[in-house]
Amino acid sequence: MGTRSTDIKLQVILSCIQTLGIIALLFFLILPTLIIIPMSISTTAYLQFPPQGLTLDWYRAFFNDPDWMSATWFSLKIAFATCFAATTVGTMTALALVRGDIPFKGFLHALSLAPMIVPHIVLGVALYLVFAPLDLTGSLTGFLIGHTVLAVPFVVITVTAALQRVDPALELASLNCGANRLQTFLHVTLPNIAPGIFSGAVFAFLASFDEATVAFFISDVDGKTISRKMFEDIDFNLTPVIAAASTVTVVASLALIGIAQLLSTDKETRTQRSECP
Amino acid sequence: MPRSPIRALRALADTGHASRYSSLTSAILVLPLLAILAIGFIYPVTELVGLSLSNGGASYLRLGRDPLYLGVLATTMATAASVAVSCVLLAYPVAYAMTRLRGGAALLAAACVFIPLWTSVLIRSYAWIVLLQRNGIVNELLRTTGLIDHPLKLLYTQGAVILGMAHILLPFAILPIYATLRTLPADLVRAAANLGAGPLRGFLLVTLPLSLPGVFAGSVLCFVLALGFYITPALLGGPGSMLMATLIGQQTVVLLDWPLAAALSTILLTVTLLTVFVFRKAISLSKGFQSVH
Repeated sequence: MGTRSTDIKLQVILSCIQTLGIIALLFFLILPTLIIIPMSISTTAYLQFPPQGLTLDWYRAFFNDPDWMSATWFSLKIAFATCFAATTVGTMTALALVRGDIPFKGFLHALSLAPMIVPHIVLGVALYLVFAPLDLTGSLTGFLIGHTVLAVPFVVITVTAALQRVDPALELASLNCGANRLQTFLHVTLPNIAPGIFSGAVFAFLASFDEATVAFFISDVDGKTISRKMFEDIDFNLTPVIAAASTVTVVASLALIGIAQLLSTDKETRTQRSECP
Repeated sequence: MPRSPIRALRALADTGHASRYSSLTSAILVLPLLAILAIGFIYPVTELVGLSLSNGGASYLRLGRDPLYLGVLATTMATAASVAVSCVLLAYPVAYAMTRLRGGAALLAAACVFIPLWTSVLIRSYAWIVLLQRNGIVNELLRTTGLIDHPLKLLYTQGAVILGMAHILLPFAILPIYATLRTLPADLVRAAANLGAGPLRGFLLVTLPLSLPGVFAGSVLCFVLALGFYITPALLGGPGSMLMATLIGQQTVVLLDWPLAAALSTILLTVTLLTVFVFRKAISLSKGFQSVH
Protein backbone atom coordinates (compact mmCIF):
# COMPACT_ATOMS: atom_id res chain seq x y z
CA MET A 1 0.00 0.00 0.00
CA GLY A 2 2.72 2.41 1.07
CA THR A 3 4.85 1.84 -2.06
CA ARG A 4 1.78 2.32 -4.24
CA SER A 5 1.01 5.78 -2.87
CA THR A 6 4.69 6.83 -3.19
CA ASP A 7 4.54 5.56 -6.78
CA ILE A 8 1.55 7.78 -7.49
CA LYS A 9 3.20 10.71 -5.72
CA LEU A 10 6.35 10.15 -7.81
CA GLN A 11 4.27 10.12 -10.98
CA VAL A 12 2.53 13.37 -10.04
CA ILE A 13 5.91 15.02 -9.33
CA LEU A 14 7.31 13.70 -12.61
CA SER A 15 4.40 15.00 -14.67
CA CYS A 16 4.69 18.37 -12.89
CA ILE A 17 8.38 18.55 -13.85
CA GLN A 18 7.48 17.62 -17.44
CA THR A 19 4.83 20.34 -17.66
CA LEU A 20 7.17 22.94 -16.18
CA GLY A 21 9.90 21.90 -18.61
CA ILE A 22 7.57 22.31 -21.59
CA ILE A 23 6.38 25.70 -20.32
CA ALA A 24 10.02 26.79 -19.89
CA LEU A 25 10.86 25.69 -23.45
CA LEU A 26 7.85 27.47 -24.95
CA PHE A 27 8.75 30.57 -22.94
CA PHE A 28 12.31 30.37 -24.29
CA LEU A 29 10.89 30.27 -27.84
CA ILE A 30 8.62 33.27 -27.48
CA LEU A 31 10.73 35.39 -25.06
CA PRO A 32 12.89 37.25 -27.65
CA THR A 33 9.79 38.26 -29.63
CA LEU A 34 8.00 39.47 -26.51
CA ILE A 35 10.94 41.29 -24.92
CA ILE A 36 11.00 44.00 -27.58
CA ILE A 37 7.60 45.31 -26.45
CA PRO A 38 8.53 46.43 -22.89
CA MET A 39 11.87 47.59 -24.32
CA SER A 40 10.08 49.89 -26.79
CA ILE A 41 7.90 51.63 -24.18
CA SER A 42 10.38 51.88 -21.31
CA THR A 43 11.79 55.32 -20.45
CA THR A 44 15.27 53.97 -19.73
CA ALA A 45 17.70 53.43 -22.57
CA TYR A 46 18.40 49.88 -21.39
CA LEU A 47 15.84 47.41 -20.19
CA GLN A 48 15.14 47.26 -16.48
CA PHE A 49 12.78 45.13 -14.48
CA PRO A 50 10.44 46.51 -13.35
CA PRO A 51 10.41 49.23 -16.05
CA GLN A 52 11.01 52.70 -14.58
CA GLY A 53 8.30 54.41 -16.58
CA LEU A 54 6.28 54.14 -19.74
CA THR A 55 6.67 56.33 -22.81
CA LEU A 56 5.83 56.41 -26.50
CA ASP A 57 8.86 58.60 -27.28
CA TRP A 58 10.71 55.83 -29.10
CA TYR A 59 7.75 55.33 -31.44
CA ARG A 60 7.58 59.08 -32.03
CA ALA A 61 11.31 59.08 -32.77
CA PHE A 62 10.87 56.20 -35.21
CA PHE A 63 8.00 57.80 -37.13
CA ASN A 64 9.64 61.25 -37.18
CA ASP A 65 13.10 60.14 -38.26
CA PRO A 66 13.45 60.65 -42.04
CA ASP A 67 16.16 57.97 -42.18
CA TRP A 68 13.97 55.29 -40.60
CA MET A 69 10.96 56.35 -42.65
CA SER A 70 12.74 56.29 -46.00
CA ALA A 71 14.21 52.87 -45.15
CA THR A 72 10.75 51.60 -44.18
CA TRP A 73 9.10 52.89 -47.37
CA PHE A 74 11.94 51.49 -49.49
CA SER A 75 11.51 48.08 -47.83
CA LEU A 76 7.73 48.18 -48.36
CA LYS A 77 8.16 49.09 -52.03
CA ILE A 78 10.64 46.23 -52.51
CA ALA A 79 8.40 43.81 -50.62
CA PHE A 80 5.31 44.66 -52.71
CA ALA A 81 7.22 44.36 -55.99
CA THR A 82 8.87 41.11 -54.84
CA CYS A 83 5.53 39.72 -53.67
CA PHE A 84 3.99 40.36 -57.10
CA ALA A 85 6.96 38.98 -59.07
CA ALA A 86 7.56 35.94 -56.87
CA THR A 87 3.86 35.03 -56.74
CA THR A 88 3.55 35.16 -60.54
CA VAL A 89 6.77 33.24 -61.22
CA GLY A 90 6.19 30.75 -58.40
CA THR A 91 2.59 29.98 -59.40
CA MET A 92 3.59 29.42 -63.04
CA THR A 93 6.42 27.13 -61.90
CA ALA A 94 4.11 25.13 -59.62
CA LEU A 95 1.59 24.69 -62.46
CA ALA A 96 4.32 23.33 -64.74
CA LEU A 97 5.72 21.08 -61.99
CA VAL A 98 2.38 19.55 -60.95
CA ARG A 99 0.30 19.62 -64.15
CA GLY A 100 2.89 20.11 -66.86
CA ASP A 101 4.62 17.82 -69.29
CA ILE A 102 8.30 18.70 -68.98
CA PRO A 103 11.55 16.74 -68.76
CA PHE A 104 13.84 16.96 -65.68
CA LYS A 105 10.92 17.67 -63.33
CA GLY A 106 12.85 16.57 -60.25
CA PHE A 107 15.80 18.74 -61.17
CA LEU A 108 13.59 21.77 -61.87
CA HIS A 109 11.80 21.33 -58.54
CA ALA A 110 15.14 21.14 -56.71
CA LEU A 111 16.39 24.16 -58.64
CA SER A 112 13.32 26.23 -57.72
CA LEU A 113 13.95 25.49 -54.02
CA ALA A 114 17.75 25.89 -54.18
CA PRO A 115 17.85 29.57 -53.08
CA MET A 116 16.47 28.44 -49.71
CA ILE A 117 19.45 26.17 -49.00
CA VAL A 118 22.29 28.23 -50.50
CA PRO A 119 23.89 30.40 -47.78
CA HIS A 120 22.44 33.89 -48.11
CA ILE A 121 25.85 35.45 -47.55
CA VAL A 122 27.16 33.73 -50.69
CA LEU A 123 24.22 35.05 -52.69
CA GLY A 124 24.63 38.52 -51.15
CA VAL A 125 28.33 38.72 -52.01
CA ALA A 126 27.70 37.32 -55.51
CA LEU A 127 24.90 39.81 -56.20
CA TYR A 128 27.04 42.72 -54.97
CA LEU A 129 29.81 41.57 -57.28
CA VAL A 130 27.61 41.76 -60.41
CA PHE A 131 25.40 44.68 -59.29
CA ALA A 132 28.15 47.11 -58.31
CA PRO A 133 29.59 47.68 -61.83
CA LEU A 134 26.02 47.99 -63.21
CA ASP A 135 25.10 50.57 -60.56
CA LEU A 136 22.27 48.32 -59.35
CA THR A 137 23.23 48.36 -55.66
CA GLY A 138 20.69 50.22 -53.56
CA SER A 139 18.20 50.22 -56.45
CA LEU A 140 14.68 48.84 -56.53
CA THR A 141 15.59 46.70 -59.58
CA GLY A 142 18.58 45.16 -57.79
CA PHE A 143 16.56 44.31 -54.68
CA LEU A 144 13.67 43.02 -56.79
CA ILE A 145 15.98 40.55 -58.56
CA GLY A 146 17.69 39.37 -55.35
CA HIS A 147 14.55 39.11 -53.25
CA THR A 148 12.47 37.43 -55.98
CA VAL A 149 15.09 34.67 -56.16
CA LEU A 150 14.80 34.23 -52.37
CA ALA A 151 10.97 34.45 -52.26
CA VAL A 152 10.03 32.18 -55.19
CA PRO A 153 10.57 28.92 -53.21
CA PHE A 154 7.88 29.90 -50.66
CA VAL A 155 5.31 30.36 -53.44
CA VAL A 156 6.37 27.15 -55.24
CA ILE A 157 5.92 25.18 -51.99
CA THR A 158 2.48 26.55 -51.07
CA VAL A 159 1.03 26.48 -54.61
CA THR A 160 2.42 23.00 -55.35
CA ALA A 161 0.74 21.74 -52.17
CA ALA A 162 -2.54 23.45 -53.12
CA LEU A 163 -2.48 22.06 -56.67
CA GLN A 164 -1.86 18.54 -55.45
CA ARG A 165 -5.10 18.74 -53.47
CA VAL A 166 -7.16 19.70 -56.54
CA ASP A 167 -8.78 16.68 -58.17
CA PRO A 168 -7.71 16.59 -61.86
CA ALA A 169 -11.15 15.15 -62.65
CA LEU A 170 -12.64 18.59 -61.93
CA GLU A 171 -10.46 20.17 -64.62
CA LEU A 172 -11.24 17.33 -66.99
CA ALA A 173 -14.97 17.78 -66.41
CA SER A 174 -14.64 21.44 -67.28
CA LEU A 175 -12.73 20.63 -70.48
CA ASN A 176 -15.36 18.04 -71.28
CA CYS A 177 -18.11 20.63 -70.90
CA GLY A 178 -16.53 22.70 -73.65
CA ALA A 179 -14.32 25.12 -71.71
CA ASN A 180 -10.86 25.66 -73.14
CA ARG A 181 -7.61 25.36 -71.16
CA LEU A 182 -7.56 29.02 -70.17
CA GLN A 183 -11.22 29.08 -69.11
CA THR A 184 -10.68 25.89 -67.14
CA PHE A 185 -7.67 27.41 -65.42
CA LEU A 186 -9.46 30.68 -64.60
CA HIS A 187 -12.79 29.21 -63.46
CA VAL A 188 -11.84 25.83 -62.01
CA THR A 189 -8.16 25.58 -61.09
CA LEU A 190 -7.50 29.15 -59.94
CA PRO A 191 -10.37 29.43 -57.42
CA ASN A 192 -9.28 26.13 -55.91
CA ILE A 193 -5.65 27.08 -55.48
CA ALA A 194 -6.31 30.72 -54.54
CA PRO A 195 -5.72 30.17 -50.77
CA GLY A 196 -2.37 28.54 -51.57
CA ILE A 197 -1.37 31.41 -53.86
CA PHE A 198 -2.45 33.91 -51.24
CA SER A 199 -0.43 32.37 -48.40
CA GLY A 200 2.52 32.02 -50.77
CA ALA A 201 2.20 35.74 -51.54
CA VAL A 202 2.19 36.62 -47.83
CA PHE A 203 5.29 34.49 -47.22
CA ALA A 204 7.00 36.09 -50.23
CA PHE A 205 6.18 39.57 -48.93
CA LEU A 206 7.58 38.79 -45.48
CA ALA A 207 10.60 36.95 -46.93
CA SER A 208 11.51 40.18 -48.68
CA PHE A 209 10.61 42.62 -45.91
CA ASP A 210 12.45 40.68 -43.18
CA GLU A 211 15.42 39.69 -45.35
CA ALA A 212 18.65 41.01 -43.83
CA THR A 213 21.75 39.27 -45.23
CA VAL A 214 21.41 39.96 -48.97
CA ALA A 215 19.99 43.41 -48.13
CA PHE A 216 23.10 44.08 -46.05
CA PHE A 217 25.34 43.56 -49.09
CA ILE A 218 23.32 45.19 -51.88
CA SER A 219 22.19 48.28 -49.94
CA ASP A 220 24.05 51.57 -50.35
CA VAL A 221 23.96 55.01 -48.76
CA ASP A 222 20.98 56.21 -50.80
CA GLY A 223 19.09 52.95 -50.97
CA LYS A 224 18.93 50.99 -47.75
CA THR A 225 16.23 48.70 -46.41
CA ILE A 226 14.80 48.78 -42.90
CA SER A 227 16.80 45.65 -42.04
CA ARG A 228 20.07 47.28 -43.14
CA LYS A 229 19.18 50.42 -41.14
CA MET A 230 18.37 48.25 -38.14
CA PHE A 231 21.64 46.32 -38.46
CA GLU A 232 23.65 49.56 -38.57
CA ASP A 233 21.85 50.96 -35.53
CA ILE A 234 22.31 47.75 -33.54
CA ASP A 235 26.01 47.74 -34.39
CA PHE A 236 26.43 51.46 -33.75
CA ASN A 237 24.12 52.61 -30.94
CA LEU A 238 21.63 50.39 -29.18
CA THR A 239 18.73 52.86 -28.80
CA PRO A 240 15.20 51.69 -27.94
CA VAL A 241 14.11 53.17 -31.29
CA ILE A 242 15.22 49.80 -32.72
CA ALA A 243 12.79 48.11 -30.33
CA ALA A 244 9.98 50.42 -31.46
CA ALA A 245 10.77 49.72 -35.13
CA SER A 246 10.92 45.98 -34.37
CA THR A 247 7.59 46.03 -32.54
CA VAL A 248 5.90 47.84 -35.43
CA THR A 249 7.36 45.29 -37.88
CA VAL A 250 6.43 42.25 -35.82
CA VAL A 251 2.87 43.44 -35.13
CA ALA A 252 2.35 44.23 -38.83
CA SER A 253 3.78 40.85 -39.89
CA LEU A 254 1.65 38.92 -37.42
CA ALA A 255 -1.47 40.83 -38.49
CA LEU A 256 -0.71 39.96 -42.11
CA ILE A 257 -0.17 36.27 -41.27
CA GLY A 258 -3.34 36.29 -39.17
CA ILE A 259 -5.42 37.69 -42.05
CA ALA A 260 -3.91 35.15 -44.45
CA GLN A 261 -4.66 32.31 -42.05
CA LEU A 262 -8.23 33.49 -41.50
CA LEU A 263 -8.94 33.88 -45.20
CA SER A 264 -7.49 30.50 -46.14
CA THR A 265 -9.21 28.52 -43.36
CA ASP A 266 -12.49 30.28 -44.17
CA LYS A 267 -12.11 29.27 -47.80
CA GLU A 268 -11.18 25.71 -46.89
CA THR A 269 -14.16 25.17 -44.61
CA ARG A 270 -16.46 26.63 -47.26
CA THR A 271 -15.18 24.24 -49.94
CA GLN A 272 -15.42 21.35 -47.52
CA ARG A 273 -18.98 22.27 -46.70
CA SER A 274 -19.97 22.61 -50.34
CA GLU A 275 -18.51 19.17 -51.03
CA CYS A 276 -20.89 17.64 -48.50
CA PRO A 277 -24.04 16.29 -50.14
CA MET B 1 -21.04 -2.78 -67.61
CA PRO B 2 -22.42 0.73 -67.14
CA ARG B 3 -20.03 3.18 -65.50
CA SER B 4 -20.91 6.52 -63.99
CA PRO B 5 -19.57 9.45 -66.01
CA ILE B 6 -17.73 10.73 -62.95
CA ARG B 7 -15.87 7.45 -62.58
CA ALA B 8 -15.06 7.39 -66.25
CA LEU B 9 -13.71 10.94 -66.00
CA ARG B 10 -11.69 10.07 -62.94
CA ALA B 11 -10.22 7.02 -64.66
CA LEU B 12 -9.24 9.23 -67.59
CA ALA B 13 -7.76 11.82 -65.21
CA ASP B 14 -5.76 9.13 -63.47
CA THR B 15 -3.93 8.32 -66.68
CA GLY B 16 -2.52 11.81 -66.25
CA HIS B 17 -2.52 12.75 -69.92
CA ALA B 18 -5.77 14.59 -70.40
CA SER B 19 -5.44 17.06 -67.50
CA ARG B 20 -1.83 17.97 -68.26
CA TYR B 21 -0.53 21.05 -69.97
CA SER B 22 1.23 20.45 -73.25
CA SER B 23 5.04 20.53 -73.45
CA LEU B 24 4.92 23.97 -75.03
CA THR B 25 2.65 25.45 -72.34
CA SER B 26 4.77 23.86 -69.62
CA ALA B 27 7.95 25.24 -71.15
CA ILE B 28 6.42 28.74 -71.21
CA LEU B 29 5.33 28.29 -67.57
CA VAL B 30 8.86 27.51 -66.32
CA LEU B 31 10.55 30.16 -68.47
CA PRO B 32 10.15 33.05 -65.95
CA LEU B 33 11.67 30.90 -63.19
CA LEU B 34 14.64 29.99 -65.36
CA ALA B 35 15.07 33.64 -66.35
CA ILE B 36 15.04 35.04 -62.81
CA LEU B 37 17.31 32.26 -61.52
CA ALA B 38 19.72 32.77 -64.42
CA ILE B 39 19.95 36.53 -63.77
CA GLY B 40 19.77 36.64 -59.99
CA PHE B 41 21.26 33.34 -58.91
CA ILE B 42 23.22 31.26 -61.41
CA TYR B 43 25.08 34.08 -63.17
CA PRO B 44 26.18 35.93 -59.98
CA VAL B 45 27.27 32.71 -58.24
CA THR B 46 29.18 31.61 -61.37
CA GLU B 47 30.92 34.99 -61.47
CA LEU B 48 31.84 34.60 -57.81
CA VAL B 49 33.26 31.11 -58.35
CA GLY B 50 35.10 32.44 -61.44
CA LEU B 51 36.62 35.24 -59.38
CA SER B 52 37.85 32.74 -56.79
CA LEU B 53 39.72 30.90 -59.57
CA SER B 54 41.37 34.03 -60.98
CA ASN B 55 45.19 34.18 -60.75
CA GLY B 56 45.31 30.43 -61.20
CA GLY B 57 43.66 29.72 -57.88
CA ALA B 58 46.17 31.74 -55.83
CA SER B 59 43.45 32.49 -53.25
CA TYR B 60 42.94 28.80 -52.53
CA LEU B 61 46.71 28.37 -52.07
CA ARG B 62 46.65 31.20 -49.53
CA LEU B 63 43.72 29.59 -47.72
CA GLY B 64 45.46 26.21 -47.70
CA ARG B 65 48.70 27.62 -46.32
CA ASP B 66 47.23 29.58 -43.44
CA PRO B 67 45.95 27.34 -40.62
CA LEU B 68 43.72 30.23 -39.46
CA TYR B 69 41.30 29.72 -42.36
CA LEU B 70 41.16 25.96 -41.88
CA GLY B 71 40.43 26.65 -38.21
CA VAL B 72 37.49 28.91 -39.13
CA LEU B 73 36.05 26.18 -41.36
CA ALA B 74 36.40 23.68 -38.49
CA THR B 75 34.77 26.15 -36.03
CA THR B 76 31.89 26.68 -38.48
CA MET B 77 31.24 22.94 -38.80
CA ALA B 78 31.54 22.44 -35.03
CA THR B 79 29.20 25.38 -34.32
CA ALA B 80 26.63 24.13 -36.84
CA ALA B 81 26.83 20.65 -35.30
CA SER B 82 26.36 22.00 -31.73
CA VAL B 83 23.42 24.09 -32.94
CA ALA B 84 21.84 21.06 -34.64
CA VAL B 85 22.28 18.85 -31.55
CA SER B 86 20.92 21.54 -29.17
CA CYS B 87 17.97 22.14 -31.50
CA VAL B 88 17.00 18.48 -31.63
CA LEU B 89 17.36 18.00 -27.86
CA LEU B 90 15.19 21.05 -27.13
CA ALA B 91 12.76 20.37 -30.00
CA TYR B 92 11.87 16.79 -29.11
CA PRO B 93 10.01 17.50 -25.85
CA VAL B 94 8.16 20.42 -27.46
CA ALA B 95 7.13 18.34 -30.50
CA TYR B 96 6.10 15.45 -28.24
CA ALA B 97 4.02 17.75 -26.04
CA MET B 98 2.40 19.33 -29.11
CA THR B 99 1.05 15.93 -30.20
CA ARG B 100 -0.63 15.46 -26.80
CA LEU B 101 -2.01 18.94 -26.15
CA ARG B 102 -5.62 19.78 -27.03
CA GLY B 103 -7.68 22.95 -27.28
CA GLY B 104 -6.30 26.23 -25.96
CA ALA B 105 -3.01 24.73 -24.76
CA ALA B 106 -2.34 23.32 -28.25
CA LEU B 107 -3.07 26.70 -29.79
CA LEU B 108 -0.75 28.44 -27.33
CA ALA B 109 2.07 25.97 -28.04
CA ALA B 110 1.60 26.42 -31.81
CA ALA B 111 1.74 30.21 -31.36
CA CYS B 112 5.00 29.89 -29.38
CA VAL B 113 6.51 27.84 -32.24
CA PHE B 114 5.21 29.86 -35.19
CA ILE B 115 5.42 33.48 -33.97
CA PRO B 116 9.25 33.36 -33.68
CA LEU B 117 9.34 31.81 -37.16
CA TRP B 118 7.61 34.93 -38.51
CA THR B 119 9.79 37.34 -36.55
CA SER B 120 12.83 38.50 -38.51
CA VAL B 121 16.20 36.93 -37.66
CA LEU B 122 17.57 40.42 -37.15
CA ILE B 123 14.95 41.33 -34.54
CA ARG B 124 15.47 38.08 -32.64
CA SER B 125 19.25 38.58 -32.65
CA TYR B 126 18.68 42.12 -31.34
CA ALA B 127 16.49 40.73 -28.57
CA TRP B 128 19.29 38.37 -27.54
CA ILE B 129 21.67 41.35 -27.31
CA VAL B 130 19.19 43.08 -25.00
CA LEU B 131 18.88 39.92 -22.88
CA LEU B 132 22.58 39.05 -22.70
CA GLN B 133 24.34 42.42 -22.47
CA ARG B 134 26.33 43.46 -19.36
CA ASN B 135 23.42 45.24 -17.71
CA GLY B 136 20.90 43.01 -19.50
CA ILE B 137 18.06 41.03 -18.03
CA VAL B 138 19.91 37.73 -17.63
CA ASN B 139 22.77 39.34 -15.71
CA GLU B 140 20.34 41.38 -13.57
CA LEU B 141 18.35 38.26 -12.78
CA LEU B 142 21.47 36.32 -11.80
CA ARG B 143 22.61 39.21 -9.60
CA THR B 144 19.32 39.73 -7.77
CA THR B 145 19.09 36.00 -7.04
CA GLY B 146 22.61 36.22 -5.63
CA LEU B 147 24.11 33.66 -7.98
CA ILE B 148 26.81 36.07 -9.16
CA ASP B 149 28.46 39.21 -7.76
CA HIS B 150 29.72 40.75 -10.97
CA PRO B 151 27.97 40.69 -14.33
CA LEU B 152 29.15 37.87 -16.57
CA LYS B 153 30.41 38.42 -20.08
CA LEU B 154 27.65 36.64 -21.97
CA LEU B 155 27.50 38.65 -25.17
CA TYR B 156 30.08 38.47 -27.97
CA THR B 157 30.97 34.87 -27.08
CA GLN B 158 30.74 31.57 -28.91
CA GLY B 159 28.04 30.54 -26.42
CA ALA B 160 25.89 33.55 -27.34
CA VAL B 161 26.21 32.65 -31.04
CA ILE B 162 25.15 29.04 -30.44
CA LEU B 163 22.28 30.12 -28.18
CA GLY B 164 20.98 32.68 -30.68
CA MET B 165 21.29 30.36 -33.67
CA ALA B 166 19.70 27.44 -31.79
CA HIS B 167 16.80 29.67 -30.80
CA ILE B 168 16.27 30.83 -34.38
CA LEU B 169 16.49 27.32 -35.85
CA LEU B 170 14.48 25.54 -33.14
CA PRO B 171 11.16 25.63 -35.10
CA PHE B 172 12.93 23.94 -38.03
CA ALA B 173 13.69 21.00 -35.74
CA ILE B 174 10.29 21.00 -34.00
CA LEU B 175 8.21 20.82 -37.18
CA PRO B 176 9.71 17.68 -38.80
CA ILE B 177 9.77 15.85 -35.44
CA TYR B 178 6.16 16.87 -34.81
CA ALA B 179 5.19 15.71 -38.32
CA THR B 180 6.61 12.20 -37.76
CA LEU B 181 5.27 11.90 -34.20
CA ARG B 182 1.78 12.89 -35.32
CA THR B 183 1.64 10.15 -37.96
CA LEU B 184 2.55 7.39 -35.47
CA PRO B 185 -0.57 5.30 -34.77
CA ALA B 186 -1.65 5.69 -31.13
CA ASP B 187 -2.41 1.93 -31.17
CA LEU B 188 1.31 1.12 -31.13
CA VAL B 189 1.93 2.68 -27.72
CA ARG B 190 -1.30 1.16 -26.41
CA ALA B 191 -0.20 -2.24 -27.69
CA ALA B 192 3.13 -1.81 -25.92
CA ALA B 193 1.32 -0.88 -22.70
CA ASN B 194 -0.97 -3.87 -23.13
CA LEU B 195 2.05 -6.13 -23.37
CA GLY B 196 3.30 -4.80 -20.04
CA ALA B 197 5.62 -1.94 -21.03
CA GLY B 198 5.52 1.05 -18.71
CA PRO B 199 5.23 4.57 -20.17
CA LEU B 200 9.01 5.03 -20.22
CA ARG B 201 9.71 1.62 -21.77
CA GLY B 202 6.94 2.15 -24.31
CA PHE B 203 8.44 5.50 -25.27
CA LEU B 204 12.03 4.26 -25.49
CA LEU B 205 11.24 1.06 -27.41
CA VAL B 206 8.33 2.18 -29.62
CA THR B 207 7.84 5.95 -30.01
CA LEU B 208 11.47 7.09 -30.01
CA PRO B 209 12.81 4.65 -32.64
CA LEU B 210 9.86 5.33 -34.95
CA SER B 211 10.34 9.11 -34.70
CA LEU B 212 14.06 8.99 -35.56
CA PRO B 213 13.51 9.91 -39.25
CA GLY B 214 12.00 13.21 -38.10
CA VAL B 215 14.84 13.76 -35.64
CA PHE B 216 17.37 13.09 -38.39
CA ALA B 217 15.57 15.39 -40.86
CA GLY B 218 15.41 18.18 -38.29
CA SER B 219 19.07 17.92 -37.35
CA VAL B 220 20.26 17.90 -40.99
CA LEU B 221 18.08 20.93 -41.78
CA CYS B 222 19.39 22.85 -38.75
CA PHE B 223 22.99 21.93 -39.57
CA VAL B 224 22.72 23.09 -43.20
CA LEU B 225 20.98 26.35 -42.32
CA ALA B 226 23.44 27.04 -39.48
CA LEU B 227 26.43 26.69 -41.84
CA GLY B 228 25.53 29.89 -43.68
CA PHE B 229 24.25 32.10 -40.84
CA TYR B 230 25.57 35.63 -41.05
CA ILE B 231 23.40 38.11 -39.10
CA THR B 232 23.36 36.25 -35.76
CA PRO B 233 27.11 35.52 -35.49
CA ALA B 234 27.89 39.03 -36.78
CA LEU B 235 25.83 40.62 -34.00
CA LEU B 236 26.24 38.16 -31.09
CA GLY B 237 29.74 36.84 -31.77
CA GLY B 238 33.08 38.29 -30.79
CA PRO B 239 36.49 38.28 -32.45
CA GLY B 240 37.12 34.84 -30.98
CA SER B 241 34.07 33.28 -32.61
CA MET B 242 34.76 33.86 -36.29
CA LEU B 243 32.68 31.70 -38.65
CA MET B 244 32.90 31.26 -42.43
CA ALA B 245 30.06 33.73 -43.02
CA THR B 246 31.45 36.42 -40.71
CA LEU B 247 34.91 35.92 -42.21
CA ILE B 248 33.47 36.42 -45.71
CA GLY B 249 31.70 39.53 -44.44
CA GLN B 250 34.94 40.88 -42.97
CA GLN B 251 36.91 40.20 -46.18
CA THR B 252 34.35 42.00 -48.34
CA VAL B 253 33.25 44.89 -46.12
CA VAL B 254 36.42 45.75 -44.20
CA LEU B 255 39.43 44.29 -46.02
CA LEU B 256 38.01 44.42 -49.58
CA ASP B 257 39.91 41.24 -50.47
CA TRP B 258 37.42 40.02 -53.06
CA PRO B 259 39.35 37.04 -54.51
CA LEU B 260 39.81 35.64 -51.00
CA ALA B 261 36.15 36.29 -50.10
CA ALA B 262 35.13 34.56 -53.35
CA ALA B 263 37.27 31.53 -52.51
CA LEU B 264 35.81 31.36 -48.99
CA SER B 265 32.28 31.68 -50.41
CA THR B 266 32.96 28.89 -52.90
CA ILE B 267 34.17 26.62 -50.10
CA LEU B 268 31.12 27.42 -47.94
CA LEU B 269 28.83 26.82 -50.92
CA THR B 270 30.52 23.50 -51.73
CA VAL B 271 30.30 22.26 -48.14
CA THR B 272 26.61 23.24 -47.98
CA LEU B 273 25.69 21.66 -51.33
CA LEU B 274 27.61 18.47 -50.49
CA THR B 275 25.76 18.15 -47.18
CA VAL B 276 22.44 18.74 -48.90
CA PHE B 277 23.28 16.20 -51.61
CA VAL B 278 24.38 13.49 -49.18
CA PHE B 279 21.32 13.97 -46.96
CA ARG B 280 18.83 14.94 -49.69
CA LYS B 281 16.36 12.22 -48.65
CA ALA B 282 16.26 13.50 -45.07
CA ILE B 283 15.86 17.11 -46.18
CA SER B 284 12.99 16.42 -48.56
CA LEU B 285 11.31 14.55 -45.72
CA SER B 286 11.43 17.54 -43.40
CA LYS B 287 8.00 19.08 -43.51
CA GLY B 288 9.52 22.06 -41.73
CA PHE B 289 10.22 23.56 -45.12
CA GLN B 290 6.56 24.11 -45.79
CA SER B 291 6.48 26.96 -43.34
CA VAL B 292 10.07 28.06 -43.55
CA HIS B 293 10.53 31.67 -43.04
